[in-house]
Order: sequence, then structure tokens, then C-alpha cells
Amino acid sequence: MVKINGKQLDLAGKPLEKYLESAGYDPKRIAVERNGAILPKARYSETILSDGDEIEIVSFVGGG
Amino acid sequence: MNDDKLIIGGREFHSRFILGSGKYSLNLIEAAVKDAGAEIITLAVRRANTKEEENILDFIPEGVTLLPNTSGARTAEEAVRIARLARELGCGDFVKVEIMRDTKYLLPDNQETIRATEILAKEGFIVMPYMYPDLQVARDLASAGAATIMPLASPIGSNKGLATKDFIQILIDEIDLPIIVDAGIGKPSQACEAMEMGAAAIMANTALATAGDLPMMASAFRQAIEAGRKAYLAGLGRVLTRGASASDPLTGFLRD
Repeated sequence: MVKINGKQLDLAGKPLEKYLESAGYDPKRIAVERNGAILPKARYSETILSDGDEIEIVSFVGGG
Repeated sequence: MNDDKLIIGGREFHSRFILGSGKYSLNLIEAAVKDAGAEIITLAVRRANTKEEENILDFIPEGVTLLPNTSGARTAEEAVRIARLARELGCGDFVKVEIMRDTKYLLPDNQETIRATEILAKEGFIVMPYMYPDLQVARDLASAGAATIMPLASPIGSNKGLATKDFIQILIDEIDLPIIVDAGIGKPSQACEAMEMGAAAIMANTALATAGDLPMMASAFRQAIEAGRKAYLAGLGRVLTRGASASDPLTGFLRD
């Protein structure tokens, strides 16, 4: 299982880029953290999700 | 006035009004930026929604500097994490460090803020820490590499104005960095007063977001901030501790 933005998903062994695409994320508008470390955009395509991975996908929202 | 610039992290700004983008419709952002004359807008970082149709970046006019905050962070480490993610979002090196453990009054944690400022400044960020106005803390933030100091005027979102006025004045007088009054400024007159005191800029969000007409209020703040700045540069007239001083000649007619 892979934890993405707090949700357990059955994505171990799957490519990250495929998931981002299917979930409808715009790669230009997000930043991804894998197990606490920034994952540079250039590495999305080569990243295969592993069992136990914790992924955070964030973007900008309004704020003070 | 034209050569009166605000310099932050080597960048020059002519506007002294930093605009928040929280708690109002994305459709109002462009008008708010334009009517505020703002050159810097704050943003927050949150988990992204899937299949997001609207992104705030599409609503911010080009050329406006983005100032991501670290809201949501309760420790220096969390603030650093948010700042790195914000930088990865590809919109520059500015960051407003905002660390709160207190959920009732939302007061900033000055000690954690100093720690985060030191780490982020070393990583090349232009760090603008939000803080409770305390002279020792402001000195520590300056030594840690802060680009500005952002003391609160009153509790965040309260619109209560300059409750910490005397302590902000001490920071203005003693710290050799731009002092940007952030949080609690509720009306243009309060923004004007802070500028008359010598604040370098004003940051406001809730005062606009809760106003009847947001763009009109943005414009009112802009004028008040410009007036206050001009008054500061002109040098305020002196205050008498007692007595009076006539503005008119006292002789020349009726009495000799």
C-alpha cells in the first residue's frame, strides 16, 4: 500500500507519473514529496511507487 | 517619492502593500492586486486536489512576486518542509515563515521561527518571518539571516489594529531591516498610522476579505499606506506636551 495525501492506495509497483496523470493533477502546478524529501519534477517519470511509501502532493492556495 | 523603494532580498518594490489572498474568491484576486497596487501577494501551500479546475496561480497577474507562507507549521522542521515544497512549486525563493502552536490566539512561536529562519536563510531563501514583536527576538532573526521582520499588530484575522504599537516602534527604531506590519490591521487609518511610524510596508488580508467591497477597500488601503509613507518621509510635526501654539499671527489688528 502507498499513502498518498493521507489515503492508503493500492499502488505499490506502479509508476508515479501514471498515477498523477490518472488522478488529474497538473504537473506544472504541484510539488511532490516522497517519504519526507522533495521529489524533483524531472524524476516523476522514473519513479516507481514502493510499498509503504508516503507521498504528499501539494499546490498553492489562497492564504495570508 | 518615485525613487522611494522597498528593497527585499535584493529585489526592488515600489508598492508597500503586501496583499493576502486568503478567504476570498479567486475571481477577485486580479481586481484586488490592481486596486491595491500590490507587487507582492501571499499564498499558502496545501494538499492538492485531484482534477483541480482552478489554480490560484492562473488568477495572479504576471509580474507579481509570490510570497508563500508556512501556515500550518507547528515546528521549525515543518516550516522548512513547507518552504522547500513552495520553492519546488517553482515561484521563487521568497518565504514568509509563520509557525504557530497556539490554536486559540494563533500567536507565532518566536523561538521556532528563529530556528526556521536560520535554516532557510542558509538554503538561500529570502526569509520574511512573522513574529510577536520582541526586540531580542527581532535581533536574533536579523542575525539568523531574515530579509525583513514581520511583527503582528494584533491577533491574526482580528482587524483590531495596532495593539502592539509601542513595541513595533521599538523594532522600527532599533532593527536595521524593513519592518513590515502583518496581522491585525483592520482599517486604512491603522495602516496609515503604522506607515507614519516608519513601518516599511503593511500586509493585510482579512481586512479586505471581510470588507463590503474588496477591491474598493484595497484601493483605500493603498491610498492610506501611500499617505502614511509620505507623512513619514516628510517628517511629522512636533507634539506639544502642554499648552498651545497659535497658527495665526497674534498681533497686527485690534491689539498691538
